Amino acid sequence: MNATHRLELRDICLQLGDQVLVELDAEIAPGEVLTVMGPSGSGKSTLLAYLAGFLAPAFQARGRVMLDGRDISGLPAERRGIGLLFQDPLLFPHLSVGGNLRFGMPGASADKAARVEQALANIGLAGFGARDPATLSGGQKARVALMRLLLSAPCAVLLDEPFSRLDTHLRHEMRRLVFDRLREAGLPSLLVTHDAEDAEDAGGRVIELSH
Amino acid sequence: MMLRLAPVLIVLLLVAPILAGLGMVLLPAFGYLPALGRESLTLAPWQALFAEPGIWRSVTISLASGLLATAISLAVVLLYLAAATGSRLDRWIRRLVSPLLSIPHAAAAFGLAFLISPSGLVARLASPGLTGWERPPDLLIVHDPWGLSLIAGLVIKEIPFLLLMSLAALPQLDPERRIAMARSLGYRPTLAWWKVVAPSLYPLIRLPVYAVIAYASSVVDVAMILGPTLPPTLAVSILTWFSDPDLDKRFLASAGAILQLGVTAAALAIWWGLERAAKRLMGLWIERGERHRGETCLHLAGKLWILLATVIAFVGIAGLAIHSVAGFWRFPEALPESFTAAHWARVLPSLAGPVASTALIALCATLLAMALALAALEHEQRSRRPPSRALWLLYLPLIVPQVAFLFGLVVVMEQLGMRPTHALVAFGHLLFVLPYVFLSLSEAYRRFDPRWSRLALTLGASRNGAFWRIRLPMLLAPILTALAVGLAVSIGQYLPTQLLGAGRITTVTTEAVSLAAGGNRHVIGVWALVQACLPLAGFIIAIGLPRLLWSRRRGMQGAP
Repeated sequence: MNATHRLELRDICLQLGDQVLVELDAEIAPGEVLTVMGPSGSGKSTLLAYLAGFLAPAFQARGRVMLDGRDISGLPAERRGIGLLFQDPLLFPHLSVGGNLRFGMPGASADKAARVEQALANIGLAGFGARDPATLSGGQKARVALMRLLLSAPCAVLLDEPFSRLDTHLRHEMRRLVFDRLREAGLPSLLVTHDAEDAEDAGGRVIELSH
Repeated sequence: MMLRLAPVLIVLLLVAPILAGLGMVLLPAFGYLPALGRESLTLAPWQALFAEPGIWRSVTISLASGLLATAISLAVVLLYLAAATGSRLDRWIRRLVSPLLSIPHAAAAFGLAFLISPSGLVARLASPGLTGWERPPDLLIVHDPWGLSLIAGLVIKEIPFLLLMSLAALPQLDPERRIAMARSLGYRPTLAWWKVVAPSLYPLIRLPVYAVIAYASSVVDVAMILGPTLPPTLAVSILTWFSDPDLDKRFLASAGAILQLGVTAAALAIWWGLERAAKRLMGLWIERGERHRGETCLHLAGKLWILLATVIAFVGIAGLAIHSVAGFWRFPEALPESFTAAHWARVLPSLAGPVASTALIALCATLLAMALALAALEHEQRSRRPPSRALWLLYLPLIVPQVAFLFGLVVVMEQLGMRPTHALVAFGHLLFVLPYVFLSLSEAYRRFDPRWSRLALTLGASRNGAFWRIRLPMLLAPILTALAVGLAVSIGQYLPTQLLGAGRITTVTTEAVSLAAGGNRHVIGVWALVQACLPLAGFIIAIGLPRLLWSRRRGMQGAP
């Protein structure tokens, strides 16, 4: 988890027909959180879809996405090594909490069960492995979603307004947890949001989109 | 990739047999059938067809029963939806109507026949008190020459179909907001529904309505049980000619099949004209801005008719059950004097074979249909393009009358040297099962939140992994429902089984319908009840299994 990764976005330009939605050129260092801000409709979600590999066929994209010096723009989503944290925790409702964590863990490591247990203890949910995710509180679900992302060992992370659905008192705490963990893991991260506080807590550079 | 082939395969599987079947009906209709040594074109089959006694009456009855049954069913469904306020009675009705969809047409028709016949339950309850009848009156109620009981039998089965189709389409119209808006302008609720929801709902259920017209104007099994006999409906006549040992009658049957195609097309064209007229009239009515008049009347009609139709269907099924265990039962008595298991004991030994055949054919056809539907829908999701327009062809087997192309298909199969096996019958069923499985699954599949699969991919799962581990289990409930629908459709098939099985493969449906002519009510009761219960088993599993599997997963309790 402590390997360092670097994400480079080279001359990226996303278009819908003749309309340019996003133009971006940036480099994200290991452990850095780059914030992209903009009102709704500014192309934030299109940018995320492009980086994660889900861009709808109607859009045209130019530029290159380099992860650790490797061009991943042409790879399918599952082979990019980019993790995503959504607005909602989206814990798979048919799996247990432990099953959700195991879902993303790569390969058949022998100590899976132990690592899941340790990861749960790590976020204050020791012994929750067999629980039904629907019985968790909002904050607990968000923490499980974060841990699931980290256990899938991504090389870079995209954050899609992950705090906007949380209660105000949880939001600050969750931001700290997320950013600390991402920094600890040395992951380059890109956060899109329309909340200035998110950007402040992220503590990195901020790019404003204004279309 | 294999998935890319699925939509093509589906279209091919549905279109090719229909076109081939129609072709092999069209040629013999003009006297061309090399297998029987006829290689010249002639109009003789048509001359013979129009010389048949009562042919025009047959045509008229087919046309009229198709249009009337559809109009009545649609009216009852719309009246109900307009008057439904989500009250307890409404929810109760809705819960009652759904299982009716799974009951095969033949079983429902037998139930109705037992209810309204001169010695049926209704006559017994009214006699001798109201009618003074001491013995069954000599009235032709079932098999009446006007086809009224045929229409009634179709209506009680088409109401659940149109209701469920409407309920599936309604959410996208957001009816609550529309009604609230109209009510704020002073419209009474039922009138508001008719004026602001109905006009948008109809285009969404137009294809199912057309399917009902096509079905009702060409149905065979219900017409054999309830329809007129002298002459019978066109579809039944065609079957009689085709099954005639005199092979020359095949030319007559072929010409009849083409005529049936024309009758159904005419019914659809007339309906289309009525649609236009109704639209004009509705437009005038809406523009007049009447806010109150007719409210009570419409509201009451909305409860009354659907309740009547549902109760008739259920009492009919109960009647089947009573007949199957009735001992001695003198006429005006409402209930038998004694009950006996003798009828069941007599039928039981001959039950196993047809039940096994029914289950085997239904499972093969349904599982194959499910695999194709899932592959096509998964392909649609992965390529992220809007649904292919070719998929309207799914409705083709529902709109081209069965009698019109199945005979030709049998001829094609004979020439290809295909023996009448279970596999061939299952293939024939696939034509009718696939559209229903696809239509019932596509709704849930397309509504499924795409973020789940994206999430799975960003967590490193492959596309196939995301399908098997996420999409499939999360969609388990709608998949099982679609399977149950497929099984019910297959179990209820009469004509494809009878024709492609060459009468040698018996299912509970062919057995029950073949008993119709015999008239032993106790035996019919047993068979029709078995026929009605088989599909129900599928629906019970479809509802029960997800509850059992996900009993410890609260997030899976509601439909996704």
